[in-house]
Amino acid sequence: MQERVKARAIELLESGVRVLGWKAGEFFYDVTPAVFTSREEIEKEFVFGPFCGANMSKYLIAESRKEGRVGVFLKPCDTYSFQQLQKEHRIWRENVYAVGVQCEGMCDIEAIRSAGIKGILGVDGDGSTLTVHTLYGDKTIARKDALAERCACCKSKKMLGCDELLGEQGEELDSARFDQVEKLEAMTPDERFAFWRKELSRCIRCNACRNVCPACSCEKCVFDNPNSGVENKAAANSFEENLFHIIRAFHVAGRCTDCGECSRVCPQHIPLHLLNRKFIKDINELYGGYQAGADMETRPPLTNFQMDDPEPSVVHERGSEQ
Amino acid sequence: MQKIGVFVCWCGSNIAATVDVQAVSDALAKEPGVVFSTNYQYMCSQAGQDMIQEKIKEYGLNGVVVCSCSPRMHEATFRKTCEKAGLNAYMVEIANIREQCSWIHKDKETGTEKAIILGRAAIAKVHLNAPLTAGTSPVIKRALVIGGGIAGIQTALDIAEAGFPVDIVEKKPTIGGKMTQIDKTFPTLDCAACILTPKMVDAAQNENINIISYAEVESVKGFVGNFHVTIRKKARFVDESKCTGCGLCTEKCPQKKVPNEFNLGLDNRRAIYIPFAQAVPKVAAIDPNYCTMLKTGKCGVCSKVCTAGAIDYTQKDELLEREYGAIVAATGFEPISMEKFDEFAYSQSPDVVTSLEFERLMNAAGPTGGTLLRPSDGTHPHTLVFVQCVGSRCDGGEKGKPYCSKICCMYTAKHAMLTREKYPDTDVYVFYIDVRTPGKNFDEFYRRAVEDYGVHYVKGMVGKVVPENGKLKVQASDLLGGQQLHIDADMVVLAAAIEPDQTARPLATMLTASMDTNDFFTEAHPKLRPVESPTAGVFLSGVCQGPKDIPETVAQAGAAAAKVIGLLAKDQLTCNPCVANSNELMCNGCSACEKVCPYGAITYIDKDFRGPNRTTLRRRVAQVNPAVCQGCGACTVACPSGAMDLKGFSNAQIMAEVDAICK
Repeated sequence: MQERVKARAIELLESGVRVLGWKAGEFFYDVTPAVFTSREEIEKEFVFGPFCGANMSKYLIAESRKEGRVGVFLKPCDTYSFQQLQKEHRIWRENVYAVGVQCEGMCDIEAIRSAGIKGILGVDGDGSTLTVHTLYGDKTIARKDALAERCACCKSKKMLGCDELLGEQGEELDSARFDQVEKLEAMTPDERFAFWRKELSRCIRCNACRNVCPACSCEKCVFDNPNSGVENKAAANSFEENLFHIIRAFHVAGRCTDCGECSRVCPQHIPLHLLNRKFIKDINELYGGYQAGADMETRPPLTNFQMDDPEPSVVHERGSEQ
Repeated sequence: MQKIGVFVCWCGSNIAATVDVQAVSDALAKEPGVVFSTNYQYMCSQAGQDMIQEKIKEYGLNGVVVCSCSPRMHEATFRKTCEKAGLNAYMVEIANIREQCSWIHKDKETGTEKAIILGRAAIAKVHLNAPLTAGTSPVIKRALVIGGGIAGIQTALDIAEAGFPVDIVEKKPTIGGKMTQIDKTFPTLDCAACILTPKMVDAAQNENINIISYAEVESVKGFVGNFHVTIRKKARFVDESKCTGCGLCTEKCPQKKVPNEFNLGLDNRRAIYIPFAQAVPKVAAIDPNYCTMLKTGKCGVCSKVCTAGAIDYTQKDELLEREYGAIVAATGFEPISMEKFDEFAYSQSPDVVTSLEFERLMNAAGPTGGTLLRPSDGTHPHTLVFVQCVGSRCDGGEKGKPYCSKICCMYTAKHAMLTREKYPDTDVYVFYIDVRTPGKNFDEFYRRAVEDYGVHYVKGMVGKVVPENGKLKVQASDLLGGQQLHIDADMVVLAAAIEPDQTARPLATMLTASMDTNDFFTEAHPKLRPVESPTAGVFLSGVCQGPKDIPETVAQAGAAAAKVIGLLAKDQLTCNPCVANSNELMCNGCSACEKVCPYGAITYIDKDFRGPNRTTLRRRVAQVNPAVCQGCGACTVACPSGAMDLKGFSNAQIMAEVDAICK
């Protein structure tokens, strides 16, 4: 797949569009989004491998507004964000040439390390087995053991709204992505509070989660706006600082496609995506199944009203049960 | 810094009894920006208002906080007061220390503490208030009445009489409502049809009234003075402009087995039908659930016999778009289902009937031609048992309704009296919890039933009715006599509770009008504004607001009409200046606000902004039409970036209030 994607990237570039794709970073697992404007750059730096987790959709907000067209490679989960942003009129679709790339799941370096492999120099391979190059020679690992959590419970391999596809079109999957949310729901309020206090206490407010999130792409973020009234929730004390994540989860509720980028980029490994998943699960249970970005028409339940919507009291009573 | 004056009202002892008003005014005097603080017995009195005006001038106040009753009560009063003293009306804030404080606290210390906190929040808000100016919007001089029963007809007639055009939307093929099914009316016993049908004809002939029958309201947009309503006119498969109402089709239609809803299913009608002889409009309708032609494409008898050529099997539902200045809800009631009351054997014996069915059995136009006959075998009943409060005044409300249906005592007395008058050989029992007969000539009427007509009134409830050998074994308790009664009855009549029509709740949602837990529309004030909904421009007529009899309904219908006329007589309405506005620099153009706006006040434009380095950025941004915005604030909550804000209730103001409370 790496070669196919790279070859297509060169073709696109030569047809006169800029190419938005993945660029090798300082470390092999540290792949960065980048805009390529020359063949040399692509040949030298363009990668598509087991660590290309970055979701390119968000960069299209800025790129699609520039002059000329931009070609972009989108994994199935990225296409959900791509469609959601179009729904919100953020991406100028006519300036975008979207190539869907089928994906076998992206890896998490921590997962490979915790499988006991040391001195890792690189990871290669398509398919179900990966080759890990180490200081001590090559080793193999099953892809399923190396996957990031979000990929292990992948929700869909379907590529939406693309101009062309590389690889087979996939289907929506019956994913176990709410298992962890259920575990949290099963806790007592005190236990849950303690869990989140502990997790969120590690936050260093680097803003990486916000900056990478496709749903967090306001012209001016409330946390950067001294007049918003929540901007001081950043630093007053550690508890208020925790609220940053809760407010952010509320702001993206109903628009979050569960791409999982927030947790991927968190340098403190806070499972931030669980907050969003809880909202998604609640929305599904209260208002019927809804997947943000799955289509261009359905109105998000939180900004829609239907006669059979549950009354606020139902939501309240349900809350007190837990 | 604002110069704020604080005025704490005692409301006689309403506030002063549980709140130390002196302590409140003293504490609030110390708040930043407060230059004057006092308390007074009745701030809304002339003397109180004069004091506020005087102090505004004396201290040069540019913000006023009144700690008093709910803003719903006197916000307008105090705004006017301040305006007269030269202060912008929107520089006034009310801290509700009555409904939300003194009335709900018993302990003076707690009450005082809370009053100070509420006052502090209002002061924090007024610091951020800005003067606002109200615009005006025109009034569309046409009214919509939803429901064509006696309430709707009367309201429409009164509005039309004042010279304003009015549309009646009725979901059935004819107007008239429940009153058409009633035989005689208490307490004068005149025939319902004789007094109602002339009104129906008046409505049809009045040039200001347009009857849209067999139609339902599909959606309501807009606001007081400017409602935009979509009405679904259901396909009746008969061209209204051609049908002469001759009724030939209804005689020739071969589909004879359709339960006749006008007679509550006690007899049958045809698939094409005119509900009753005096229907208005007198136009046939085809019931698509039973018509063989519509179901299988084979028949067409009605079309062949119709000399006017009015039958049109291809007719489709039609959507009408109309604009109105005012809307009146007159959706009426239905008797409740007897499903949960099987102890009275309603489902087991056709001789157990509801009171409305009994009306049809007594009515000359009913299934028995007005002769009282048992539905089971068509024989003359000799012993009749009337059971009152079936489903009314039920504790807990699981089975029935907690409220009194109000009309049952009187109509049961009427039924008992009429039965005894027409059939002196009958024995008539009425079982009651209480007999409630307030109303002009009502108690006299009931006494007549007991004293002149010998109806046996028994205090106590019927426990069980068992059909046995063609009789109904009634087991009941006589509480005054302290004994169990066993009566072999021929018929049992259940005074079923009434509930609001099923269409009322969805309609209330469309109108954003509030309802109580029983689905009756709520009044703007239970005593002082009984025919207005809290939603401006929406008025209430008849039982949709609460159980009432015909005289009361007609009186209320007239009152609702008077309110509508008062509104339509105005050329312009003052708009609410507390409307949303969008900060274009922060707007993402995501359309979330547009989607939640119930008034269609938000549109989007592409606008050029200056970017860095002399570039131009084109962005999609929201724009609010202030004449259409009603200030509901839905957009401000939906906006992810906080670009939408509400004048007079800005996010910053609300945050300031919350911060002041939590301080």
